[in-house]
Amino acid sequence: MLNWLQFLGRGGLDFFERLGRGHMFIVRVSAGLPGLFLQPRLVIQQLFSVGVLSLQIIAISGLTVGMVLGLQMYNTLVDFGAEDSLGPVVALSLVRELGPVLAALLFAGRAGSALTAEIGLMKATEQLSGMEMMAVDPIKRVVAPRFLAGAISLPLLAAIFSAIGILGSYFVGIGLLGVDSGAFWSQMQAKVDVQEDILNGVLKSIAFGVVATWIAVFEGYDAVPTTEGVSRATTRTVVHTAFAVLGLDFVLTALMFGGE
Amino acid sequence: MSDFDGNGCVGNGDALVRIRDLRFCHGPRVILDGVDIDIPRGKVTTIMGPSGTGKTTLLRLIGGQLKPEAGSIVVDGKNVPTLSRKELYRLRRRMGMMFQSGALFTDLSVFDNVAFPLREHTELPEEIIRDLVLMKLHAVGLRGARDLMPAELSGGMARRVALARAIALDPMMVMYDEPFTGQDPITVGVIMQLIRRLNDNLGLTSVVVSHDVKEVSAISDCIYLISNGEVVAKGGPDKLKSSGSAWAYQFLNAQPDGPVPFHYPAVGYKEDLMADES
Repeated sequence: MLNWLQFLGRGGLDFFERLGRGHMFIVRVSAGLPGLFLQPRLVIQQLFSVGVLSLQIIAISGLTVGMVLGLQMYNTLVDFGAEDSLGPVVALSLVRELGPVLAALLFAGRAGSALTAEIGLMKATEQLSGMEMMAVDPIKRVVAPRFLAGAISLPLLAAIFSAIGILGSYFVGIGLLGVDSGAFWSQMQAKVDVQEDILNGVLKSIAFGVVATWIAVFEGYDAVPTTEGVSRATTRTVVHTAFAVLGLDFVLTALMFGGE
Repeated sequence: MSDFDGNGCVGNGDALVRIRDLRFCHGPRVILDGVDIDIPRGKVTTIMGPSGTGKTTLLRLIGGQLKPEAGSIVVDGKNVPTLSRKELYRLRRRMGMMFQSGALFTDLSVFDNVAFPLREHTELPEEIIRDLVLMKLHAVGLRGARDLMPAELSGGMARRVALARAIALDPMMVMYDEPFTGQDPITVGVIMQLIRRLNDNLGLTSVVVSHDVKEVSAISDCIYLISNGEVVAKGGPDKLKSSGSAWAYQFLNAQPDGPVPFHYPAVGYKEDLMADES
């Protein structure tokens, strides 16, 4: 019993200690962000590796999710004779919920894990120490551009995910199942509100972008500088991002749409 | 401690780095305790000792990457542990460090690695940076390798590039962390010659951390022998050999047992063998 309590206490202390370190880390990263206006090249490079290179998985996943969503929704709606509502149902699902959440989870798997591994390996191979010894702050030079690029990329990737998902459901709904094209688009236009739905979805994806990239760069920077340490950090990035995104999604959904 | 200054080890008068009563712990383990070291200006000073005695830690303490529990590390008149981040970074611009792994940036070419500190800390036009980088690479014999990526370099070449990068800003001092480890004899010879030649030609102060007795004896002006967290002997290479210190004798003559025991501390052998397995 005592051992169990001790284990619980140590686990709790470790958790809050890491949480504190993570917050101190993000404060240091934020202090490095203004300096990036003088070195936009660093951010552009990272936008390519974090954002552009994630496009493939985002586009393919968006397309398949949209197609599956189109099929599933059609099968339900047709029972009520409401198949013309396929457009708004799919669009609302994607824009409000699935786009930001799934894009964030895919981002964690593709770009977040890569960021953690890259920074962790830079630490393990003494590149970060070398930079410090050259009087260059690795937080400003390495971490801040990656953080900013991730925070910018995810909302854009989520928007692309939703847009391609809608196209996917269009191909299935109109091309395969015979839903009326005019009804698909006009109902979507009528039911999807820019501020209520699209803006809230964008806000969600911005929050997910910040959290997912924060976790990724912190885990890399805080990794034990060994092969096993980097491997564990990479795993933690994916797992913690999934928990954080799903938890945050509930809180944000409750705040944005809870009162409807 | 056997204290018998040879020609290269100076007293307090002309030391670029002066370490006094230094204590550093890693968790409950004491790494360095009561260490006093003077690194003479313009000389090659070597810190020697068995693996795990805190040699690399000492370099990191001098560079301000670690903070000691107690003691002072004065580099060119500035006490490193008390410096603000800004002051520390200003001091580091005048220090170079060659890491054991080279620590080259794997996403940058050889040229860009050497140009990195120049681009970060100077406003020099790209043509002048090019000339400076080629001069530094020429000094280490790798001007022709400027377009290679770090993954295409041998271990010895990587360390030479790291050396070129370390001297890019014309520092007052260069620290070398295990520069000979894992290198073939030719590379060892090249690095030995580079350390000595660059030190003398550029007017540097060099601090070498190593446990390669023969190599460092050939290039060092002053050697400090560290064991069990303290300086156990110091002096010029020749004088160190005749010091009479048991530590120095065991280390310099590669004896498996002595003050540094062969066996890791354990209960008695017989007692251990007779003990019940449970």
